[in-house]
Amino acid sequence: MTRGSSKAWIALGVGLVWFYLILWPLMGITPEGLQFIPSLVVWLKVAAAAFVLVSLNQLRTAGALAFIGKPTTAAWTEIRKIYKKVPVRVWISVVFFLALVFPLTTGRYEKDVVINVMIYVCLGLGLNIVIGLAGLLDLGYIAFYGVGAYTYALLSVHFQLSFWLCLPVAAVFAAVSGCIIGYPTLRMRGDYLAIVTLGFGEIVRLILNNWMSLTNGPNGILGIQPPGLYWPGFSSGLTLEYIWLKKLNYLYYVILALVVFTIIAVHRLNYSRIGRAWEAIREDETAAELMGVNTFTLKLLAYAMGAVFGGLAGAFFAARMRFVSPESFTFLESAMVLSMVILGGMGSIPGVILGALALIALPEAFRGFELYRMLAFGGAMVLMMIFRPSGFWPAKRMGQRSEERG
Amino acid sequence: MDYFLQQLINGLTLGGIYALIALGYTMVYGIIQLINFAHGEFFAAGGYMGVILLSYLAASGAGPYVCLAGALILTMGYCAVLAMAVEKVAYKPLRHSSRLSVLISALGMSIFLQNGLMLTQGVYDKAYPTQMTQGSFQVAGLYISYMQVIIVAVTGILLVALNALVFKTRIGKAMRASAQDKIMSGLVGIDSDRIISLTFAIGAGLAAAAGIMVGFYYGSVHYGMGFVPGIKAFAAAVLGGIGNVTGAMIGGALIGIIEVFAAGYLSSEYKDVFAFVILIAVLYFRPTGIMGENVDDTRV
Repeated sequence: MTRGSSKAWIALGVGLVWFYLILWPLMGITPEGLQFIPSLVVWLKVAAAAFVLVSLNQLRTAGALAFIGKPTTAAWTEIRKIYKKVPVRVWISVVFFLALVFPLTTGRYEKDVVINVMIYVCLGLGLNIVIGLAGLLDLGYIAFYGVGAYTYALLSVHFQLSFWLCLPVAAVFAAVSGCIIGYPTLRMRGDYLAIVTLGFGEIVRLILNNWMSLTNGPNGILGIQPPGLYWPGFSSGLTLEYIWLKKLNYLYYVILALVVFTIIAVHRLNYSRIGRAWEAIREDETAAELMGVNTFTLKLLAYAMGAVFGGLAGAFFAARMRFVSPESFTFLESAMVLSMVILGGMGSIPGVILGALALIALPEAFRGFELYRMLAFGGAMVLMMIFRPSGFWPAKRMGQRSEERG
Repeated sequence: MDYFLQQLINGLTLGGIYALIALGYTMVYGIIQLINFAHGEFFAAGGYMGVILLSYLAASGAGPYVCLAGALILTMGYCAVLAMAVEKVAYKPLRHSSRLSVLISALGMSIFLQNGLMLTQGVYDKAYPTQMTQGSFQVAGLYISYMQVIIVAVTGILLVALNALVFKTRIGKAMRASAQDKIMSGLVGIDSDRIISLTFAIGAGLAAAAGIMVGFYYGSVHYGMGFVPGIKAFAAAVLGGIGNVTGAMIGGALIGIIEVFAAGYLSSEYKDVFAFVILIAVLYFRPTGIMGENVDDTRV
């Protein structure tokens, strides 16, 4: 045994002792007396899992797993080569085609999950503008989602306005609230900005919760209309009929259209002059300002643009659920969207989509372990930051640098 | 006038609790410039550990004061151990990565601990044995409950002890030196890893004491209870000037008093909003806080 490996085993032992020290008092001290069995059972499971993981890692570093590792890395490079050969356009059309035919081939449950994923893709891409491009940490992003959802809910219930009319209204409201939140906070940097946006997010939630006359408080708003559409009917000549898009299939295509719109918009923004200015601010705010970038306006714009997509997703959410309540806009949701962006890879569009898939669809696959879902989620966030802080699909640097042009 | 004084006493009680939590934030921020999102969870874990130990000690026939003191000391120890473990696992490997990574890691740890508490203790509120501190007495027309006396006394003792530790002992000197300049303090033989670990332990111990106090104050604990007091305590730390120990104590007391007065005179539904509004106002107009010195101008 080498010195490095004995170090790993010692760390494992020490860690397990500490873990038991922390676990036992929570489970073992009861008014009936001290109990050791239940906590030992849990501890043994965790210890066994940790033992297997450390052994595997030891074998890997010792080279005993090369017979698996070599072929897989070879296959991986092969796949990457093929991926590189086919133009991106083809890949995008394949994915888009799959997304189009998806609801025709699957059941209600799968569609439900994928609609959820796509709502979060919208949110994630919106937040991606704020964090990934402009480098501003926003922990209250879900407030814009809430503003969008409540805008549509109230307009629909009180004024019977249609979804399509409310969609831009929700976006505008969200953008305005983004400016209201952004204006006083953008003087701050880093951690302070994070905590202030968190505070704003909570304020929005508390207002939604307590303004009984407007929002009906914690009971939420019922009876929101789904999106409607004029559709040609042929029963008695050619007439236009107004149908409500209640079926999951229709809703699926509505959110798919929203996602496609979001992706295109974010992509275009990313490569535009504004996008480059945001990146400059992210890399070095002082330098960007010196180069003539109007940092304050652009940061405000980043906030507003991010909020727009949050508002759009919120309006769809309200139309899809046909019910909104402040429960859906807690800090945990903000943390969820944030971790999508971080896990996927900041600033990278496919990364954010992957992140949304991983955080919404994967837990659905482990429904049986529902209780442990959030536990695993928190743990995964920590581990990800330690082992792969740049995310699943890190962003490539945008544009061409002068030194690359040659 | 009586109502005013009564509210002032209530506000000071609550403010003491906030000050205890705020100290953990401010000390950790002072030494590694991290907003420790998991700090609220140390506080919640303290609340739970307190009720577990209290019911165990009471069942084994100890007197109420022995129960209280024993539970307090053991809970503080437990949370200190928990915080040191959290620091080792989630923050130490990230000491040299970007601050955003550490912040996300802290967020993840907070979610992890909260759900760990839920899994081991259940989703329902756990009632505190409040009969232990029942009863009140009257001074000049003001009602003061024994519970308030205990809370203020324990908080006061802990605050004085912490002040002595930070400003009078060698360890405190090492902590202050580490907060100022880790490389220089390392050169004169201060092990900064040990000091950081110790800072987390002390902060979590104070938060644990606050958890027990809140358990008595509201009568029950809940696995998600760390979040809102955590944010308010952070507001208190910012109000006092983050990184500043005395500032956190003043800030905590102020936030507590403001919250109670806002609930009493303005609107009890929006009492949580006021803490956030103060936080935003302070950061906007005077980001260094009341006692501030530690101006943060670095980016995530």
